[in-house]
Parts: sequence; structure tokens; C-alpha cells
Amino acid sequence: MLHIKCPHCGMRSQNEFSYGGDATVKRPELGKEISDQDWDNFVYNRKSLRGKHWELWQHLSGCRQWIKVYRDTATHEIFKTLKANEEIS
Amino acid sequence: MQKYSVFNLVKNALSNHENWDLAWKDPTPKEEYDVVIIGGGGHGLATAYYLAKEHNITNVAIIEKGWIGGGNVGRNTTIIRSNYMHDDNALFSEFGMDLWRRMSQDLNYNVMFSPRGIINLAHSDAQMNTYARRGNSMRLNGIDAVLLNREEVKEIIPMADFSENVRFPIFGGLMQPSAGTARHDAVAWGYARQADDMGVDIIQNCEVIGFDVSAGKINGVRTSRGDIKAKKIGLCVAGSTNILAEKLNMTLPIETHLLQACVSEPVKPVLDKVVTFGAGHFYISQSDKGEMVMGGDLDGYNSYAQRGNLPTLQHVLTEGIAMMPFLSKLKMLRTWGGIMDMSMDGSPIIDKTHIEGLYLNCGWCYGGFKATPASGWTFAHTIAQDRVHQLNAGYSLNRFNTGHLLDEKGLGTKTWIS
Repeated sequence: MLHIKCPHCGMRSQNEFSYGGDATVKRPELGKEISDQDWDNFVYNRKSLRGKHWELWQHLSGCRQWIKVYRDTATHEIFKTLKANEEIS
Repeated sequence: MQKYSVFNLVKNALSNHENWDLAWKDPTPKEEYDVVIIGGGGHGLATAYYLAKEHNITNVAIIEKGWIGGGNVGRNTTIIRSNYMHDDNALFSEFGMDLWRRMSQDLNYNVMFSPRGIINLAHSDAQMNTYARRGNSMRLNGIDAVLLNREEVKEIIPMADFSENVRFPIFGGLMQPSAGTARHDAVAWGYARQADDMGVDIIQNCEVIGFDVSAGKINGVRTSRGDIKAKKIGLCVAGSTNILAEKLNMTLPIETHLLQACVSEPVKPVLDKVVTFGAGHFYISQSDKGEMVMGGDLDGYNSYAQRGNLPTLQHVLTEGIAMMPFLSKLKMLRTWGGIMDMSMDGSPIIDKTHIEGLYLNCGWCYGGFKATPASGWTFAHTIAQDRVHQLNAGYSLNRFNTGHLLDEKGLGTKTWIS
């Protein structure tokens, strides 16, 4: 079982969380001309690599906040967690 | 190659079965091939087989990082069906059903195809209505479908929970009588043996390191066993597609996820159908050895681990026990995991790419095994003719760009309920 350290609540089991995918995907800016390819990259296309991966989780059965988790997709090891508004460094 | 037959079985019994030919050779890679297929799983092996058989292209290599049949073709729950509503899925899968019915004769290998039927259970009036609609769509495409009421389901699977006051009472179900199961390893081995016999080189323990692409054309592939030239290369590496796509500077509408399955201890015959739970994601059948073969949802997060976590397994088996309470008495024998290409609309991709000579077969989500023959057949056609066949036209890569998504069940990279 994964143990995820919620930046708001502390260490909790994976049962309390739901997954939100790649955290590095950025929505194209509002009010600008966006190409179809940009939309594709935002909505559908994902790198989904083997290894370290920044991803979004929601502490659904806890504080309900979205958080960022830095996790290895091959070993499931979790290195770091951030609040949703904290920039990935 | 020696044919597998009763005569040869008796003949070889006289020499203690010590003189059988190898099922396939272990060649060293040549410098150049007409076609290189990356990935020695079911789909890759089937592609090579149909390239040789249907298109007379035999100067073909399959390169496989591990050993053939060690990936998802050996890790699935062996369900074969074509109970799809959308035309693209239905026609493709039903074409595959025809290949399944002939496969053992075709490959001279007993793949133990067992068309025992599949029942999708319904747990509400609304679900019965959607099943009626799906069943009608299937029948319009020439696929057998029978809508069963509660009593009819009870007659077929009396071991399911038919009590009145349960959370998800059984209202009925949709049955495809011609669906079934097959022996998954035999499918890989059968295709490998025939492909090898027709001249295909099966090269195992050979990892792809990079690609040789120039001026928008593919020229070859760099591997751990040397460079191999080829004008046409097909990717059949579901589970590792994203890794190879990165080497090609492509980003695909695919996430790699983890899916678990499990078997119970073997018990006497109790279930002669494949049954799926309609209020969650759980499927079950009984193997010839007597084990209850079960599977369900994704673990739900990107993973390449090929092993799962207990919470998902517990969730899946809770659904199983809700559907068939006797399962709670069984001991678990084995659990395992495989890594899936989860496409964003839940449907696969069999298409050309923007690189000339590079072909893509990926995104099989939960349903790769049953598609093995049809996928190989259409992918071989796409490679040999350099154009997609009508059967895989709907599985295009650019459908995500044009909006022609093939969202059969609304299953994408997300789990059924999360």
C-alpha cells in the first residue's frame, strides 16, 4: 500500500486519495489563440514515463485538497509532496 | 517442422519425446530485414505470422526485450468476446472471433478456445435498457446477443447472489453465447511456432535502445544486440509504448497503468460462463484447472511496476463476493500485475505515424488479449500495404485531434469509480 504524506494532514494511506494524473501539464492560457496541437497536448497527450513523475492526487477522504506528489512509477517510492499551489522545483 | 498430430505424438512417444523439433529457433539478428516488429507478445507474434501468411513477407524479425509470452499475453484473464456497441469495435472484434474459432487448426496448436459465453450482469432497470440497446446494436452487426431476465440468469449461474435485499440485486444480464476463453500462453507459442516456421526470426533478450530516423523516414533500430536496418518497423509494445515513443520524440494519448488479476485455489467445476459484475468492475471465469480467474479495476495511478497493491485487490474482490458470496470461502492462490497502455478514450490505436515506415499498435487498455488475432491481422495489413484496413480505420491516432473518439464505455485512463 502507498503511504502519501498530505502536506495538510500528514502521512495517510492511499485509500484516502484519488489520482489526478501528470502534474506538469499546463492548461493553455485563457484569451489567447490556441492551436489544435496545444489543446491535444493539454487534454490527451501524456509522456507517462518510467521513473520519477510529478503527479496530482486529491485527498478525497480527508481534507479534499489537491496535492502534488513526486513518485517513481517503477518502484512506487514517494520522494516529496507539495501543496497544489507550490511550484515544482 | 514436425506437425503436431496423434501420429507424431505416438511416434515420438517411442523415443521418449526426446526428438521433437524446437518450437522456434534462437537466431542471431541479421543486418537488415524488410520488417522489424518490436515486441514479442501476442500482438507482435500475430502480426509477424499474418505478414508471412497473408502478405508473403517473411524477411521479418520480432525483437523482444525479455522472452516471448512473458508480458501481458501471459498475464491476462484470457477472456475473448465481441460484445461491443460501436461499429468500429464490434466489426473489428467479430472479425477476431472468426479467427479465434479457426485458430487451433490454423496454427496446428491447441489454443483451447472455449466459447462458453459471457454474461454481463445488470443491477437496475436503466442498466437493462442500456444492455438491450447494446444487444440490439450487436445483433445488427451480426454478433449473437441474448438479453436475459433475472430468472434466466438464475438458471445459468445459480451460485450468484439472488437475494432480494442486497445493495446491487441482479435484474438480468446481457449474454454473448459465442464469447469465451482460450489458453493464453498457447496463443503466443502457437503464433511464434508458425511464424518461425515461415521464416520469421524471433530474437529474444534484445532491447531497443534507439531508432535511426532521418528526413522523416525510419531506417532502422538500435538494439542491445546491434543495429538492425529496416524500412518498416511496427511497435507492438503495449505497456512500454510511452518509453519507446519518447525515443521517437512522440507524445501519445496514452498513460501506462497497472492492472491486477488473481486466481483462487482450484475447486470442482462450478462456473461454466464468464461473468462480469455490472455495478463495478469485476470479471470472473473458471479455468480448466478449476481455479477461479478474477480481475477488475486498474490500481489507478501511472505505474510500470508489474505488481500491484492490496487496496485495489481488496476492492475488486469485495465486488466479487457481493456478486458470488461463495468466493469468500476460497483461498487466494496467486495474484499478479501487468502494465497497460491506457488510451484516453479506452480504445486502441492501430495506425501509421508521421514517420514514414513507422507503424503503431498500442492503447489496448483492458482488452488486449481477445484482440490478438484481429490486431495482428489488421496491423500486418497496415504495414504490408502501407495503409490502414477498413477494420482498423476507426483506431486512428489522429482521432484525438479530430474529435472522433471511440468511447465505448467511457473507460479511459481513469478507474471505473474514483
